[in-house]
Amino acid sequence: MNGPLLEIDDLVVSFDGFKAVDGVTLSVDQGELRFLIGPNGAGKTTLVDAMTGLVKPTSGDVRFAGRSLTGRKEHEVVRLGIGRSFQTPTVFEALTVVENLDLAESFRRRLPALLRRRRGVSAPVGRTLERIGLEDRADAPAKLLSHGQKQWLEIGMLLVQDPQLLLLDEPVAGMSPQEKVATGELLQSLAGDHTVVVIEHDMVFLRRFARKVTVLHEGKVISEGSVDDVQSDPIVREVYLGRSRDARSGAVVEVEAS
Amino acid sequence: MNLLDRLPSWVQPWMARLALVLLAVALLAWPEALDDPTRVRQWAEYLCYAMVAVGIGVAWGHGGMLVLGQGVFFGLGAYCMGMFLTLEQVDGDALPDFMTLYSDYTELPALWRPFRHLWFAAPAAVLVPMVVAGLLGWLVFNRRIRGPYFAILTQATALVFWLLLVGQLKLTAGTNGLTNFTTIFGRSKYEPGTSKFLYTIAVVALMAVLVLARQLVRSRYGRLLIAVRDGEDRVRFLGYDPAVVKTVAFVVSAGMAGLAGALAAPIIGIIAPNQFAVLPSILMITWVAIGGRHSLYGAVLGALLVSWGKTSFSESRPDDWIYLQGLLFVVVVAYAPQGLVGIVRSASQFVADRLPGGRAPVDAKAEVITSVEATA
Repeated sequence: MNGPLLEIDDLVVSFDGFKAVDGVTLSVDQGELRFLIGPNGAGKTTLVDAMTGLVKPTSGDVRFAGRSLTGRKEHEVVRLGIGRSFQTPTVFEALTVVENLDLAESFRRRLPALLRRRRGVSAPVGRTLERIGLEDRADAPAKLLSHGQKQWLEIGMLLVQDPQLLLLDEPVAGMSPQEKVATGELLQSLAGDHTVVVIEHDMVFLRRFARKVTVLHEGKVISEGSVDDVQSDPIVREVYLGRSRDARSGAVVEVEAS
Repeated sequence: MNLLDRLPSWVQPWMARLALVLLAVALLAWPEALDDPTRVRQWAEYLCYAMVAVGIGVAWGHGGMLVLGQGVFFGLGAYCMGMFLTLEQVDGDALPDFMTLYSDYTELPALWRPFRHLWFAAPAAVLVPMVVAGLLGWLVFNRRIRGPYFAILTQATALVFWLLLVGQLKLTAGTNGLTNFTTIFGRSKYEPGTSKFLYTIAVVALMAVLVLARQLVRSRYGRLLIAVRDGEDRVRFLGYDPAVVKTVAFVVSAGMAGLAGALAAPIIGIIAPNQFAVLPSILMITWVAIGGRHSLYGAVLGALLVSWGKTSFSESRPDDWIYLQGLLFVVVVAYAPQGLVGIVRSASQFVADRLPGGRAPVDAKAEVITSVEATA
């Protein structure tokens, strides 16, 4: 592959002294599909928050295509070519599927251009509709979609912006097994042209679709490698099993459930 | 599925335009039915309130910004025009009466001088509120102040504005305000045609405001505004700056209030700080809530009905209006959050479902919600 697209260098995020992210150094190559796992509270989401401008890092640096991301506002990060999804899918329920996608696609338009009405469906929006399988729901208000469809719509809103880097926070949570497979295949087809970082709890999903995995625990990277490497890593086993013993970790419970 | 949706698709855009034309014709014909200059003047005043309401419909109904200080922008517009009208009454370089009374000015203060000219006063009445809203909005929205905090802030602005008007006695005539506009744009106030003349201007202005607001909310920007209302943080991650989106809507609503104020000054014939303070600003919100905040027509309807109700009811039982209005507001908020327009839409839904070829009533519930949200 080409050089690293995303470089995180000794990143620390602390909330009132509590270090949610504690010196993470991580690099993701162009075109990679990277999975980020770890028990609850490992700092996965905070890490993504710090990359995308939602929280301010205490120290350290995040560089995307050679440019530092720290200090940039959320919408500026998006304009650099980083798309992000959230744990709970948030689509605009009062708008139709097409309107949701169209808004996402129009994000580089200037204000005067936005003041015009949408005429029909643009080619990229049409292609995305097809890709996420919602053509026949195009004019339905997003609130009428099922949970899985909303997640797909949200992924579609990312795709239509054609970001270089996609950060997906639990994209298959709550999906049916078929939907999970379809999503996994979509992610694999995206890797290569795009760089994809996925936060995921679902071990079945992980085993099937992950190539390279980074394991976080208590704000630190404790292991990195292929799925097999990581699974046989004694530290990782201890973290996960130790957690399951005090029955606190939603992560492990979820793994067993799925 | 609405009754309108049952028409062929090529008819629908024309129906919307036809509705606008019909509204304009009906409003223009209305003075003939009233046949009383005082009533015509009152209705002209209501039309001004409807313009303010359309602006609130954009900012609050579509943008989710509870603007509790629109009286400020209405007042700024009114004072800009009021200054012109005050100077229209005096000869040459003479000072307005209140200045000779309250101040030691020997010549017109600099702030007042440009308002000798209508070509300055009229655009200023719209632009000054827009600039003030732009500065305030940019400051507030960039700091991500929103929801109730934004609402309280706008209300505080109304209080500050009132204090300024009352305190700057030498410039504003204090609580008395600007009065005695006997000559209005060169016409005598007592001439029978003047009421109708002002009324006609108000109709034209209201239609212009409605068309502009409709274009705005139906554009991509309008969709974006709804998106900001429903998920401001998500909009950031689409790559838009919500502060810009909100500021634009706030500025537009302020401009509409300013224009309304500019017309209200000659129509009401007196402008005083109490007309633009905290309470009138809240009243403006109730017009829109009662009419239906997600619909621009609802905002117009609410402003006209409530203002008319206030006048008619006050004439028979002067003290009880305030209670009735409060009750109306509470009932609407509690039982018909989409306002009168919501009730009409549900009713038309009910009929449409029972016409041949209508949908089964089972689906009706979900569809009612969506058709209500589908904004005009």
